[in-house]
Amino acid sequence: MSHLLLLVPFAALILANLLPRSARPAATGIALGVLALQTVAVALPPLGLADWSALNPVDTAIGLHVSMDNLSVLLLVSAGLAGMASIFAAGPGLKTPRERFLFANLVLVALIGINGISMVRDLFSLYVFIEVTAIATFILVVLRHGVEAYEGAWKYVILSAVASVLMLASIALFILVEGGVSLSAITHALASPGPIPWIATALFLCGLFIKGGLVPFHGWLADAYSAAPAPSSIFMAGIVTKASGVFALMRLSQSVFVDALPTRWIFLVVGAVTLVIGAFLALTQSDMKRMLAYSSVSQIGYIVLALGGSPQLGIVAAALHFFNHAVSKSQLFANAQAIEEQLGTISMDRMGGLGSRMPVTAGTSAVASLSIAGLPPLAGFWSKLLIVIALWQVGQYVFAAIAILTSLVTLGYFLSLQRRVFFGVPLAEWANVREVRGRLLTPALALSLITVAVGLVFPLVLSLLLGGSR
Amino acid sequence: MTLMTILLVLLVLAALWASMTTLLLRATIALALASAMLAVVMYALGATIAAVLELSVCAGLISVVFVSVISLTQRKPFKDYVVRRMSRLTRFWPLPLVLIAAGVALTFVRAPIQVALPAAGAEEDVRVVLWNLRQLDLFGQILILLAGVIGVLVLFKREGKDDN
Repeated sequence: MSHLLLLVPFAALILANLLPRSARPAATGIALGVLALQTVAVALPPLGLADWSALNPVDTAIGLHVSMDNLSVLLLVSAGLAGMASIFAAGPGLKTPRERFLFANLVLVALIGINGISMVRDLFSLYVFIEVTAIATFILVVLRHGVEAYEGAWKYVILSAVASVLMLASIALFILVEGGVSLSAITHALASPGPIPWIATALFLCGLFIKGGLVPFHGWLADAYSAAPAPSSIFMAGIVTKASGVFALMRLSQSVFVDALPTRWIFLVVGAVTLVIGAFLALTQSDMKRMLAYSSVSQIGYIVLALGGSPQLGIVAAALHFFNHAVSKSQLFANAQAIEEQLGTISMDRMGGLGSRMPVTAGTSAVASLSIAGLPPLAGFWSKLLIVIALWQVGQYVFAAIAILTSLVTLGYFLSLQRRVFFGVPLAEWANVREVRGRLLTPALALSLITVAVGLVFPLVLSLLLGGSR
Repeated sequence: MTLMTILLVLLVLAALWASMTTLLLRATIALALASAMLAVVMYALGATIAAVLELSVCAGLISVVFVSVISLTQRKPFKDYVVRRMSRLTRFWPLPLVLIAAGVALTFVRAPIQVALPAAGAEEDVRVVLWNLRQLDLFGQILILLAGVIGVLVLFKREGKDDN
């Protein structure tokens, strides 16, 4: 089935472009259908509700070098959910049919890139699919033009170009010493003496840190997220940066750096610095989307920190936090879009008392915020708990303490967001504000439900991840 | 001074010109020159297929794409151009110096790196590499081209009346 995850979105992309101009609004429906199909088809087999082994001959016949494991499933499902949320938001968020048509096209291209990232086992192919995703994302940022969008996309392009150079240099060095770039060849290269494989590893990691927006390479992320149109922000914050940067780190940790102490220390230090700086930067923002963007930086720090913990539990904790954050952050950006639709602004200084005017947005936003902050019994609590346990198991008590204390800062800035936006007496300026229409409420409600449900059935989720994480 | 050294120096100069000039058209020409010289260096090192691809794609095709995009832009007034050139030179004058200093410093470094370069002609048949070994990457390249086309549509195509 793995090949179909590349070929079906590709066929959908072609189909969407074959539509006559009058039928182009159907392109968003096609993209939504592909995303829904992917989410369901990928999520069912691990739950024991379906078996797609009848499709294995398709994989054998095509013979591309891709394969799925539980880590892939996690990314594929996250991408499906974040993609669906962004397509739902595209209706009210993008004003012209042309913008919506191009958006659907770009989401499909990025989806193929993300699906490729989740299933390749080769460093060069990984790089190619990261680039596919990145190029589609640059354009998603400038979809509605404007100076801010150009500036955000420009920073993203420049830093991405630097990341590409670093990754290509790394690949060249691996080819030089090992003659290949499959993950097994990389593992073999790192086991041999000499500094070149480690120089190459450092270069590739730096590239991934830039793509993932880790400190000190986080400068582009807030500009790109806040300048992009709302549906693009949902998709980018929900899945794109995590897939192109963090997922690749998870894949390498799982397959290549299993017992490598130097990389574990790099993940610990970079993860801790990122989560602390991201949290404090989020605390100082008054623009809601920028606060959410810096919050993403901080949460990505948690995921990377987990990779420095005990090998097996660390990967599981990172994977679970990856999923939780994809769901909750997509939803918070959908909430931000709902507020922007009704108020015309995203500055929290001009908000207040919206809870009574927009109760569903306020409620779902509270669920996602509290989950990311790590409050039980929501999904985010369990992933953060696992991260702390994974660090504790390898004796990294200081980093575990940093993770716990930064959780309090996370709670602080999310409570501040809730208070400034939803609590208090409604301002006279917003007397006529009402709750948004159904198309923006649907993703918010569905993603909140997933956050609560994953928290409540956590033992089942954990056993699924532990079953196939290694 | 060998031919290779001359080529490498010219390559660096062309790359510097590409990054320092304020005119897009000149930057494109400089980039094409740098690519052409890189192709010669690759050929001299025995990577013939890479050299041909570098020359045809990077020096040829990419330059055509750049020039066609530049033809869609509007030139700035000469006064603005002079101001921008001066500010650019003030900001980036250390760049060539840093590059030269780094080059000189590297010649003194005795890196403990001993890697045997593959013998000339030892590379696999390009047909096998492209169609058997790297099919997946070719698929990725097609997607990158598609994303680029959508990018051009987003950035440069004006919205028509019937689109609304």
